[in-house]
Amino acid sequence: MKQAKQNSTKRLVTRLLFTVVGMFGFGFAMVPLYDVICDITGLNGKTGEQVVATQPNENAPLSDRQITVQFLSQNAAGMDWKFSANEAQVKVKPGEVKVVSYHAANPNSYAMIGQAIPSVAPNEAAQYLKKLECFCFQEQPLEAGETVDMGIRFFIDESIPEHITKLTLSYSLFDITKSSSSATKVTQR
Amino acid sequence: MSAAHDDHHHGPAKGISRWLFTTNHKDIGSLYLWFSFAMFLLGGTFAMVIRAELFQPGLQLVDPNFFNQMTTMHGLIMVFGAVMPAFVGLANWMIPMMIGAPDMALPRMNNWSFWILPFAFAMLSSTLLMESGAPNFGWTFYAPLSTTYAPSSVTFFIFAVHIMGASSIMGAINIIATVLNMRAPGMTLMKMPLFVWTWLITAYLLIAVMPVLAGAVTMMLFDIHFGTSFFNAAGGGDPVLFQHVFWFFGHPEVYIMILPAFGVVSAIIPTFARKRLFGYDSMVYATASIAFLSFIVWAHHMFTVGMPIAGELFFMYATMLIAVPTGVKVFNWVATMFRGSMTFETPMLFAIAFVVLFTMGGFTGLMLAITPADFQYHDTYFVVAHFHYVLVPGAVFSIMAAAYYWLPKWTGYMYDERLGKLHFWLSFIGVNVLFFPQHFLGLAGMPRRIPDYALQFADFNWISSIGGFLFGASQLILLFVVIKCIKGGKKATAQVWEGAQGLEWTVASPAPYHTFATPPDPKLIHDQ
Amino acid sequence: MLPKAKLWLALTIAALTTMLSTSLQAAWDLNMPQGVTQISRETYDLHMQILWWCVAIGVVVFGVMLWSIINHRKSKGAVPATFHESTKVEIVWTVIPFVILILMAIPATRVLTEAYDASESELDIQITGYQWRWEYRYLRDDMNEEEVSFFSNMSTSREEINNQLPKQETYLLDVDNPLVIPINKKVRFLLTSNDVIHAWWVPDFAVKKDAIPGFINEMWTIVEEPGVYRGQCAELCGIDHGFMPIVVHALPQDEYDAWYAGQQEQAAATRAAANNTITMDAALAQGEEIYNRTCVACHQAGGTGLAPAFPALAGSSVVTGDLTENLQLVLNGVPGTAMAAYNRMLNPVELASVVTYIRNSFGNSTGDLVQPADVNALLQEAQ
Repeated sequence: MKQAKQNSTKRLVTRLLFTVVGMFGFGFAMVPLYDVICDITGLNGKTGEQVVATQPNENAPLSDRQITVQFLSQNAAGMDWKFSANEAQVKVKPGEVKVVSYHAANPNSYAMIGQAIPSVAPNEAAQYLKKLECFCFQEQPLEAGETVDMGIRFFIDESIPEHITKLTLSYSLFDITKSSSSATKVTQR
Repeated sequence: MSAAHDDHHHGPAKGISRWLFTTNHKDIGSLYLWFSFAMFLLGGTFAMVIRAELFQPGLQLVDPNFFNQMTTMHGLIMVFGAVMPAFVGLANWMIPMMIGAPDMALPRMNNWSFWILPFAFAMLSSTLLMESGAPNFGWTFYAPLSTTYAPSSVTFFIFAVHIMGASSIMGAINIIATVLNMRAPGMTLMKMPLFVWTWLITAYLLIAVMPVLAGAVTMMLFDIHFGTSFFNAAGGGDPVLFQHVFWFFGHPEVYIMILPAFGVVSAIIPTFARKRLFGYDSMVYATASIAFLSFIVWAHHMFTVGMPIAGELFFMYATMLIAVPTGVKVFNWVATMFRGSMTFETPMLFAIAFVVLFTMGGFTGLMLAITPADFQYHDTYFVVAHFHYVLVPGAVFSIMAAAYYWLPKWTGYMYDERLGKLHFWLSFIGVNVLFFPQHFLGLAGMPRRIPDYALQFADFNWISSIGGFLFGASQLILLFVVIKCIKGGKKATAQVWEGAQGLEWTVASPAPYHTFATPPDPKLIHDQ
Repeated sequence: MLPKAKLWLALTIAALTTMLSTSLQAAWDLNMPQGVTQISRETYDLHMQILWWCVAIGVVVFGVMLWSIINHRKSKGAVPATFHESTKVEIVWTVIPFVILILMAIPATRVLTEAYDASESELDIQITGYQWRWEYRYLRDDMNEEEVSFFSNMSTSREEINNQLPKQETYLLDVDNPLVIPINKKVRFLLTSNDVIHAWWVPDFAVKKDAIPGFINEMWTIVEEPGVYRGQCAELCGIDHGFMPIVVHALPQDEYDAWYAGQQEQAAATRAAANNTITMDAALAQGEEIYNRTCVACHQAGGTGLAPAFPALAGSSVVTGDLTENLQLVLNGVPGTAMAAYNRMLNPVELASVVTYIRNSFGNSTGDLVQPADVNALLQEAQ
């Protein structure tokens, strides 16, 4: 009787401990899970992590809709590069491929590495902004005093809902000189 | 009982080793309760500093950085140091006695889960003496304020949270094992007192969410020291993700602090109404549904982060739903009082105040669930008033009610009823003067967590601070009453309260060091 | 005991009634402001509607309870009834609240849907949170237009905060450069942050949203009455979280247009002024003013600093050392500390003045006079 009770307690505790470990793992699993949900729903206004391989359907007739795409720039704390879009906004038809660019300049007397993080408002529009080429996927090293123009080639997916007439693409530029994997390269150069 | 030849029936050891090495559920329960009271006074002292600074506009006593440290430490210590350990203490003392078990299922782990707590809180409190100062990012520690921009003491904070989490998890495992495996013959699940039921459900909540909190602080640790980017936008992370992980823990945590309170009140009201609890079954189901719903409402703390409208609507509806089972509970308590034969000893006074004031906190909770209105309430004193109404005259009043209710059983003496009532009335008036005006402050636009405020907020802050000092000072009466009751007084009978039901009232007062070494007579087990 | 309970309940009810009845005369004091936008009025109505539901439920529930407490007490010889369950009753008090909740959810959903529709805006403004100030940038259609952007700092003096001067009526709610918007135009705000999470909130517009580093959020408003509207940062963002107010001037369209043109002219003039020379006296006067506005919170009056986080400027090796290094530090900040980069927050004239001031005050006497052109040279070095 007593022995049976002890055994069942042991089994119960083992199960509970597994639950604890599982929930600890779940805490971490929320990170990729969240990314997946964001990718599907545009929950946080993040655009896709990679450039898309699919091209817009070139044979499809372009619709008459005009969508305004605004370009914003923003420096994160500790990042003193000059950083701005070369165009304030463009008007684009869904399916039409556009190229725009941002300008960055390192005013310091030392080399640095920057990384731009894109974000779209309204965030539901993020999933319809398809980037064919984007500087945001790479680290951007700049020598002291160096400047660069960085391009984005994108199109708006034809399935974008009617009520979205304007969307804003914003880039935040971060200084990742210290944390970058290519940091050693920069100092060696 | 012959102590001489049976190892398991000896009395407590003498001196400090009794407390250090004890595996007795009553000793450990007492340790938890004393520890929690000490933390209540410490966290209360921080609250006094906050209210003193906010007594008048302008900076008088502390600088803004220290003010932020005070709000952070007040929150952490009250949540993890005062409320949670108090309920674990009550569980330790009462659950074995309520279900007719000789002790907790895992007595050595029980000892351990208590004794790591003082280390956790010593580590957390020691940050106040560090050069960088204590954590100053609020008890919700949103990244990146708590990561990239945190004082270096954040690492101590992280380890302290890990230890508190481990302690809670061990406590929860112990309670589940005790409730599921140690019940006396005849004590079926649906005959268990509601306090046991609510704690069983709470323990499952703890097991589900404390590891998630541990995960969140571990990710913070990695972001701070090992260059990962879980919550850092620069490396592809998302600061909002932190809030999702935190509130996935944080919302169930809120119910961890209130479900056992429901259990306490469900024990006290029938006793003093001399009438069986109305709707026992629905109470159990309501508790379970609240626990379930607590997992799908977390983002109502984050309505302003910019979620898509579908998300906002889902979390609004889910949150509003919680009002249904919570309402059922309140209605059941009122129905229990209805046509009873009531007397108003101190535990009953606290329990009635709980029902009224917790319900008011519930009303503001419902208002906060309405997303567009929440845009106005969010991060203002309206929120502060709301959660203090559910936590102070809610959770804390229920703990005090429990303490008065079971003190005679613990000490063998009746407490001083006159002082108890004085304590109640001063606390009741103090808590309302303290928190009711904060609703007005919030609606008028005062943000929370600010050390200084615009002039139109001056009057209500002044009133609120007076209430705060009154409430703070009256808690010393509780300390006095408890010490007086331990030292002596009118002898308590085993029954203690005329209308009390349950196994804990079948053993002598004070409860012998070992109870139910042999299971109780099944005839003693009644329907609740 | 009982009269006290009654008294207290009466007081609570009285307080609640006062709150509601006086709300018309002094909306700012006790209740949520009705505000000056359609959304803010709808939000207020929603708030009041839910509040009345709660009051009604409270009156019924607490009424029954109070009645029981008065009548069903042992001292009055009450004998306890034996009933303890009723499925019928349980179903009733599950269904009724559920129906009430649906009645609440319908208007809530409607208002939320309206508040979320930021499309078709007529003016877009980027708002960026900084520790502890706001930056407003008016978005242009064309990069060749002169850009209007500025920082908005709290202008309440430290003396008022530290109780050395009497507090003004707008204590803690005044800024040097308020946001200016036209009335009756749909203004869309694009929110982001430079460092930690902030939240931009003006109660009269019923807009509040988090400014999150690396992400952009949007919200909108149409202000119907000209006026000055005040708010505060709502999300804990560090030491001076309580000291980053928001002030919005809503102007009729023509006045707004005049203001906007003036700002553009000023921006052009500031760029031109960067080539002018300034005198020592002018630099010291303007420098002192900027110091007291921008630097004094950390570096303190008299340049004494606040150990350990905020270094003293008096006798500092940087401030009395190499001029270019000193300028670079002010321009670019010190990463990982509270010292921000001021290259964009202050213009070249202001930067030259404040650096001149700190190098010739608090017992520092380098005698250096920094010219806007020197600052410009450093700023332009990259191009």
